[in-house]
Amino acid sequence: MSDTLETGRGHYAFAESQFHLWRDGLFAAFAWGATSAVTWFLPDVIQWGATGTFAILTGIIALFFLVLAVLPRQRHATLSHYGPWFIVLGLWLLVWEVTTAKLGWLPKPFFSPPQGLLHVYLSNWDRLLICIAYTGRLWGLGFFIGISAGFLAGVGLGWSKRFAYWGMPLLKLIGPVPASAWIPCAFFIFPSTFQASVFLVALASGIPVAILTASGIAQVNRSFYDVARTLGAANRWQVTKIAIPAALPNVFVGLFMGLYYSFAVLVVAEMLGAKFGLGWYLQFNTAYSAYANVYAGLLIMALLCAGLVKLLFSIRDRLLGWQKGIL
Amino acid sequence: MPAVTPLGLSFDHVSHGYDIRGEVLPVLDDVSLTIAPGEFVALLGPSGCGKSTLLRLAAGLELPLRGRTEASGQPITGPGPDRILVFQEATLFPWRTVRGNVEAGPEARGELPGKAPRVDEALRLVGLENFGEAFPHQLSGGMAQRAAIARALVNDPRLLLLDEPLGKLDSLTRLNLQKDLIRLWQDRGFTALLVTHDVEEALLLADRVILFSPRPARIIEEVQVARPHPRRRDDPQLIALRSHLLAALGVLEDV
Repeated sequence: MSDTLETGRGHYAFAESQFHLWRDGLFAAFAWGATSAVTWFLPDVIQWGATGTFAILTGIIALFFLVLAVLPRQRHATLSHYGPWFIVLGLWLLVWEVTTAKLGWLPKPFFSPPQGLLHVYLSNWDRLLICIAYTGRLWGLGFFIGISAGFLAGVGLGWSKRFAYWGMPLLKLIGPVPASAWIPCAFFIFPSTFQASVFLVALASGIPVAILTASGIAQVNRSFYDVARTLGAANRWQVTKIAIPAALPNVFVGLFMGLYYSFAVLVVAEMLGAKFGLGWYLQFNTAYSAYANVYAGLLIMALLCAGLVKLLFSIRDRLLGWQKGIL
Repeated sequence: MPAVTPLGLSFDHVSHGYDIRGEVLPVLDDVSLTIAPGEFVALLGPSGCGKSTLLRLAAGLELPLRGRTEASGQPITGPGPDRILVFQEATLFPWRTVRGNVEAGPEARGELPGKAPRVDEALRLVGLENFGEAFPHQLSGGMAQRAAIARALVNDPRLLLLDEPLGKLDSLTRLNLQKDLIRLWQDRGFTALLVTHDVEEALLLADRVILFSPRPARIIEEVQVARPHPRRRDDPQLIALRSHLLAALGVLEDV
């Protein structure tokens, strides 16, 4: 039987019993189980909320890995791919738990044990949800306005020599200006602080898109235009059907950069008199030294950003499937 | 596809050059050449001598500094789909499938609706009927060049300008494509102007071979190849012409 002969990493095969043990899953169960036990049985140096809940939660996850470890691997192919990650995460939680809550080496208020974050999520989830919604509105408006304007500007800069003559030096001048330096200007120009915030996010996401779109279009193989011209293509067709698709790989590099910059600038943008939003939440809690809340907010932002990056990757793979084999 | 009405082509005392840092580098020097409708003419000469420039002028991608270029009596003022250039590199649009590439011409001119059978036929003519959905990066060099030829043919060119289209292919693929080019030229009836630096290829394909000097290119010799198709490489007359042309190019035959 072929499947019993193949023994991969962390995968033992027993020919007689058809019993497949997922070794990484077992180790992950140990790591998470240890975290759970340490959290439950050792005393905290100071009172933290949600210690019991955290122990129960990690215990459940440990049990889950234990069950998966003895189930046939085909049932959880994706999960078993991340086996090593689950082990490391479990160990990371264990070290984190011990050094903060149990030994106090990393003291309050600068550090928070994992149950501190859990406590924030459990007690503050309604406010965090509102913050996510506010940030989502600001980010969504800013990012999409920014990348649309950046893309159009980039196409113009890459295609038209006259546009590039005036636009490129301008873009190079304003490109490196940090977002916070725009605050006075933005406040003056825009009637509301929300619009000023949207402007800052749009600027941060639009500039890399503009620069990379322009350079992408300027780099397009001239022969493509020669071919198009001999085929009888007008300028418009050359822009939309040659220049833009050829520059798309560069545009996506710009989009990825814009995505990261837009997240970095959210905190600054929400300085401008925002009442909700993740950036605001971070600043507010930093001011009160509520670092558990800060970490909790940062974690949400990081996960949101990672999710959007993943989404952008899948869009790119759809649009740039023709590139496979080149890259 | 029905045969097309071929274009005649004439260069009348044409000189051309390129502006390189303020100085004009002469590329063509007083070239006069008339190509009859339906003729297959090969332009032969040392590489970099300006043969390709002549094709770009015929395609209308550039206008000559001096002299007149005419296609069947009409001055050439710009590119047009009745005069199509096939480049040395296939220059397929990598983001389009083979079919998408062939559709590019009709699409760009807004003539695509209803052209599907013609696109199919162009693909069949070059033997790529099963590769319509493939992307250029999946094609071999020979297939890519076939796709480029199909992309030209679908527009019913009356003049096909071939800029060393087989220059980068391996010798077997080359032989096959040479046969295909002759077949297409005979079937479709277009005028063909082929730039090559391969003497044998010129003699196998063309009715007339025109020899150019090193840059700036001048015509130094014209040879009629009055042999019927299909031609054979070992035809004594072609071998004699080959020696003659190589001598005129200043190349010794012995290696």
